[in-house]
Amino acid sequence: MTGFEVNGAHVEVGGDPDTPLLTVLRDDLGLVGTRFGCGQGLCGACHVSLDGAVVPSCRTPVWQAEGRSVTTVEGLSADGTPHPVQRAILDRQAAQCGFCISGIVVRAAALLDAEPDADAARVAEALDGNLCRCGAHRRIVDAVLAARQDPVGG
Amino acid sequence: MTDLPPHVITNPRLGSWVAVAGGVDGGMVEVRVGKAELGQGIATALAQLAADALALPLDRIRMVAPHTALGPDQGLTAGSLSVLQTGPTLAHVGGVVRALAGPTSPVAEYVARIAGLDPTLDLTTVEPLAPVAAAAVGRSEPRLDLPDKVLGRPRFLADLRPEGLLHGRVLRPPSVGAVLRSVPDGWTLRDGSSLASSGTGKPGVTLVRDGSFVGVVGEREADVDRALEQLRGDSDWDERDLLPDPDDLPGWLRSGTHEEVPVLDEEGAPGPGSDVVEASYSRPFLAHASIAPSAGLATWTDDGVHVRSHSQGIHGLRDAIAAALDLDPGTVVVEHVENAGCYGHNAADDAAFDAVLLARAVPGRPVLLRWTRPDELTWGPLAPAMTATLRARLEGGRIAGWSHDVWSQGHSARPGYSGHPGLIAGADLATPVPLPPSTDPPLAAGGGTTRNALPAYDVGPRRVVGHRKTDSPLRTSAMRALGAHLNVFAIESFMDDLAHTTGADPVAFRLDHLADPRARHVVAEAARIAGWGEELPEDTGRGLGYARYKDRGAHCAIVADVEVTDDVVVRRLVVVADVGRVVNPDGARSQLEGGATQATSWTVKERMAFDRRRLLGTDWEAYPVLRFSETPEVTVHLVDSDAPSTGAGEAAQGPTSAAIANAVHHALGVRVRDLPLDPAAIVRAIDALGG
Ligand code: FES
Ligand code: FES
Repeated sequence: MTGFEVNGAHVEVGGDPDTPLLTVLRDDLGLVGTRFGCGQGLCGACHVSLDGAVVPSCRTPVWQAEGRSVTTVEGLSADGTPHPVQRAILDRQAAQCGFCISGIVVRAAALLDAEPDADAARVAEALDGNLCRCGAHRRIVDAVLAARQDPVGG
Repeated sequence: MTDLPPHVITNPRLGSWVAVAGGVDGGMVEVRVGKAELGQGIATALAQLAADALALPLDRIRMVAPHTALGPDQGLTAGSLSVLQTGPTLAHVGGVVRALAGPTSPVAEYVARIAGLDPTLDLTTVEPLAPVAAAAVGRSEPRLDLPDKVLGRPRFLADLRPEGLLHGRVLRPPSVGAVLRSVPDGWTLRDGSSLASSGTGKPGVTLVRDGSFVGVVGEREADVDRALEQLRGDSDWDERDLLPDPDDLPGWLRSGTHEEVPVLDEEGAPGPGSDVVEASYSRPFLAHASIAPSAGLATWTDDGVHVRSHSQGIHGLRDAIAAALDLDPGTVVVEHVENAGCYGHNAADDAAFDAVLLARAVPGRPVLLRWTRPDELTWGPLAPAMTATLRARLEGGRIAGWSHDVWSQGHSARPGYSGHPGLIAGADLATPVPLPPSTDPPLAAGGGTTRNALPAYDVGPRRVVGHRKTDSPLRTSAMRALGAHLNVFAIESFMDDLAHTTGADPVAFRLDHLADPRARHVVAEAARIAGWGEELPEDTGRGLGYARYKDRGAHCAIVADVEVTDDVVVRRLVVVADVGRVVNPDGARSQLEGGATQATSWTVKERMAFDRRRLLGTDWEAYPVLRFSETPEVTVHLVDSDAPSTGAGEAAQGPTSAAIANAVHHALGVRVRDLPLDPAAIVRAIDALGG
């Protein structure tokens, strides 16, 4: 069994400890908000935060989460209130298909935690590991910038 | 009776379009169209049209997904036609509903009366009431689907978790035309399905084999993934070198066998000769490269097969599945479920058929099949490589004759096109259902290879002809804008070439040859807003591209600002578009921004690499797309217009590529005619200039 925390709750999962964290989240824990895009660590659709560091959950074996704390996109609005980044993306309609958005929200939320004053160039650079095929990039950057003004967790 | 919209005639039952759900008082009016949400926001725009047609507030409308057994057949969701085709249809449906169930207020009573209408009512037999004033249409309503997607709720096909779910994967061949020689003993049990747990230590993983089609199905996704990788390592294939020389695609496109697609041949159009200006342009093969791999969910029972798919055409898919497996189409049901953005005919239909083949081996259990990332990039239909040669005769600073020859494979291999199922696994089955060469949509539907090959300008006598290559080993199909991408890139690059030859300013030269006031307006506006003619810093350039999509759709002019050092960096795109009456202004802007941004990626980065045997663009490093820090600022300006609504999603691609190439020429004085405009192309162009 591997024990860790997901969005504030303790979980224990069985199975092969080499199973990707992404598969465990989606199949065993029912947290399908974290998306599978490539399985190669190259697109960011599966980004989660592991003790505050953003990792591709498709390339993170679940044993690495043992005793640690995982936050997924669902955890960012766990109390029913969207995270400021999510709210800003909705306000500005900064998504087309939205498949890339879970990973982007997780990455952007971590960035604003660490660098609340990040500028447009910094936001874009921080999101370079997140691919968006629909071309919503500029709206997303603008939304993240707008989210800076919002009280975090507000 | 007023003129009946075609989709009402083909789908005359009221109940195909409208139903009431959720109790008489708080009832929601469910609207089921045949157009699918592909990430483009169409469900929201159509909800706005439905709300006005029914004279209901938008929050009383619930859009439900296309369904072959329950909803209307509206063909494909493609070609920027959804609003054009569905607007008049919903107006008729709504007009009939109001005629029978009005008055429309109080709302609850009106909805209750709608609930009481006979779902079998024939919509063609009732005179609809005239439309009421627009309340929802014309407003930037927020997308109905985005909250789920932004908050990480289940919404996409791969998020479905029905009772008894099994996961599936398919082992695609390593190269085009490869034939499965063997899988090892532990795997090869009898033909068809067999439990492989004994020999492999993979509990509950079932091997499914039919000819060269091999897949695995199992309870746990992790086991299925491991089984797939083991199977890949253990299988043995006969491979052949079937692919063309990747370094001479234009030469290859012009060789072999072709079908001629004549568009126009006017007396006096120029042929080759010393008195004409001539130039050739090309683009490589491109991948759709959706951010999610394709998926399908299928359940096989004694009564038939139920499929969930993100296909652009669920009715065509239903018929193709039935044809490939010799089933009665009445026993195949396909319903649409969203997946990541779709930019044309990608692997959605193929994945649905894969799911069906796996589900057939485990009757009664739903099978969720997902492609791998490498397969999505390399086995989904590619967008065809293309090349074009343009010629013009100049007289007194004006164009006095024009010809355009374009070579390409076909731009459509959709299921059912040209009478074949066209599903990739079909070719691998023990009794194969071959994949025919791609074809093109008819010219009346905008064509494929020749889409937008006719210049919008007054150019004297014209000759325009397509040469569709019919002997390619690579499978190609529709990607946004089809042939319009390369044709507009070529025409608009050539217009700049001709302007420079005559010493004219490129914008003035275009306006000199352009009569249509809507066209003139978008070109002049784009130039004005972008500050055309301003002094620019060193290493930067500015260029313009214009087209009217499919000659009858949206007018779009784009000005690109680029910075060229080792790389082409696109700094800004100014987009001015006339898309007719706008249903949802912010939605239209978003589509144009996305189209221009994606086309920037095609233009400066993208090319499917291959050797003589295998496609090499198997991940995001080998098939790079534009990243956040490489993305230009895009500003979109919509022209106020009362013309009929057109789509916006395919208007920007050609103009963007041309504007970027023209800006590179402006910055460097060299002309790059072969896409992508990557560093290697710039170096080649500079070398060619020196040589
Ligand atoms: S799915 Fe993990 S990085 Fe792409
Ligand atoms: S919105 Fe579709 S990939 Fe980003």
